[in-house]
Amino acid sequence: MKIALPTRRPGRPLPKSARTPIIALAVLLAYALPLLNIPFITTPDSDFGGVLFTCASYALVALGLNIVIGYAGLLDLGYVGFYACGAYTTGVLTANHWHWPFFLALPVAIAVTMLSGVILGAPTLRVRGDYLAIVTLGFGEIIRLVITNTQWLGGSAGIKNIPAPPSIPANHGDTLSNGLFQIPHLAWVNGQPLIDTGKQTRVLTFGVLDAIPFYWLVLTALIVVLIADILIKNSRVGRAWEATREDEDAAELMGVPTFKFKLLAFSMGAAIGGLSGAMFATRQSFIDPSTFQIILSELFVAAVVLGGSGNRWGAIAGGVVVAYLPLRFVGFSDWRVLFFGLALMALAIWRPQGLFPPRRTRRTQAVQALLKAEEVADA
Amino acid sequence: MHTLIHSFFELTITGLVLGSVYALVALGYTLVYGVLQLINFAHSEVFMFGTFAFAWVLVAFGASPQTGAWALIGMVIVGALAAAAMSAGVALVLERVAYRPLIKNKAPKLVALISAIGASFALSELMGLRDKIANAVGLGDALAPYVANARDIYALQLPNPRPLFTIGDYQVTNIDLLILAAALVMMLALDVFVRRTRIGRSMRAVAQDPETAALMGVNSTRVIQWTFVIGGIMAGVAATLYMVKYGVTRQNSGFLLGVKAFTAAVMGGIGNLRGALLGGLILGVAENWGSALIGSQWKDVVAFVLLIVILLFRPSGLLGESLGKARA
Repeated sequence: MKIALPTRRPGRPLPKSARTPIIALAVLLAYALPLLNIPFITTPDSDFGGVLFTCASYALVALGLNIVIGYAGLLDLGYVGFYACGAYTTGVLTANHWHWPFFLALPVAIAVTMLSGVILGAPTLRVRGDYLAIVTLGFGEIIRLVITNTQWLGGSAGIKNIPAPPSIPANHGDTLSNGLFQIPHLAWVNGQPLIDTGKQTRVLTFGVLDAIPFYWLVLTALIVVLIADILIKNSRVGRAWEATREDEDAAELMGVPTFKFKLLAFSMGAAIGGLSGAMFATRQSFIDPSTFQIILSELFVAAVVLGGSGNRWGAIAGGVVVAYLPLRFVGFSDWRVLFFGLALMALAIWRPQGLFPPRRTRRTQAVQALLKAEEVADA
Repeated sequence: MHTLIHSFFELTITGLVLGSVYALVALGYTLVYGVLQLINFAHSEVFMFGTFAFAWVLVAFGASPQTGAWALIGMVIVGALAAAAMSAGVALVLERVAYRPLIKNKAPKLVALISAIGASFALSELMGLRDKIANAVGLGDALAPYVANARDIYALQLPNPRPLFTIGDYQVTNIDLLILAAALVMMLALDVFVRRTRIGRSMRAVAQDPETAALMGVNSTRVIQWTFVIGGIMAGVAATLYMVKYGVTRQNSGFLLGVKAFTAAVMGGIGNLRGALLGGLILGVAENWGSALIGSQWKDVVAFVLLIVILLFRPSGLLGESLGKARA
């Protein structure tokens, strides 16, 4: 039986000279998005900057969880625990017990979360498959209960007054006069874009009034993590993860220390979750245990799987979709969770490989389709 | 420590009572996992619908603290039937809508999990929106006792339990005894069903090797339907016992109980029916002892830490034998 294997990936790759400007344009567009107020995309019922912040931080979380689920194949249902860990470390360091500046607390929050990933992963990663799912779910719940019942962490009342990152030039008390410079927003009148000088965003000014600088902050973090993700996925580490995911025993026999690599994936994913949690804490300026329910973990997993587990762009898209849909249709507030649940089911049924399946999955599908065609032709 | 010694019998017996409710719900997880190897995350909502079916029956009959014993027994029996029917029906719909298309397409396991999570959201919200739905179809007033304040706690007015006899210094009530007995009878019946009947044999065959079972003439679609129905009936009975004991439910009351029941199933060895019973009872008792030792706010932490410790030493649960390998 002869089968012509698809040798090239579907779609023509762009020449390198064209790729760089396109990427630059896409990045620029991502930064400019909150200022453009493009009709239909913007959220009429809630602050668009805040919505974009949520989307970007979910994308960041999905990118981190994609390392755990998509690359290493570990089903982690307690990811919200790491998100909480990042948020609480930030809260404790900047508001609750000490008064560190945010950018000093951020690396500590990431390190603490990474360490917690190692501590949680070391005993549990010996457990495989679905058992791992329930163990991690238990851990997520343990973290929530611990923060609820520990007075030192604020207990069920949570932590208040978490400071925003410092504005540049420094705050002089009057929040309206700081920031490097101002950028006006666009306003759309009958489909015509107009520059709205009445509504301006101050660059590098973090305050409760405008979420856009926070969006830029988390978007920058997302881009940095994305570059790191690309580098590490294409390295030996990335291949070791995939080998472990596909067949753990075979990988072990071929000399891959699978446990070590699983632990690495788990703790790296945790660190990214902690980063996102820290951003969340500084944006909200208030955190309490009720934010970190298991349901959030389920949403994160849904984001990764919907986007196409194993594909970083898919994970980002999944994170954005999961965050954006309920906020865009906030007008239907009563029904949106019901529709969200139904949409999850519908997507799982009609698009089981996710919105953007990784290239390898697409190639496997193509081969399977060919094999099937061959079988039909033979019969 | 003092509390534990002082009320040892009380903690143990109430733990066993709660544990047998966990065990009955755990059966639904373990059956579906045994046959399909997938975590039916929406099973907690199957249980939740059962609690409401039971509550509605008692409201319809006008149960009150003054209801006589015999009338109450009748109401509970009708309520149990309604709860079992409701749960089995919801489980059947769940199988048809959320799982069958995926099984047919041989979708990855992870996708089935997402579908289950979606179904869980949708079912829980459906219960939370029943007032809006009733108003939309113009039945808001007629159904007011059943749909008003859809998101609040739904409480039943039941007579107080009657103490029967004393163990140590705990007075065992008729309700404690009823729950323990009912759970044991259901477990026994299920065990016999799976081991002795034709459908039970087909279930074990599909669990062990779906393709060979199909070659032997087993209709796997029907077997899977039966699995969901039986799991649903068990959840309905568990819902009844839960309502008799606690008398309150909510549109999200299934969640924590579902997680606990699933924990119990994993603890005993998922896919193993007797493991579910063992896991449920151990979990119920351990929670009570643990909360007496270190404080009741840590009750749920005890459950999960225990799970992790057990899995560390026995990675496939206490009785890690699967449904397919159960002796005939």
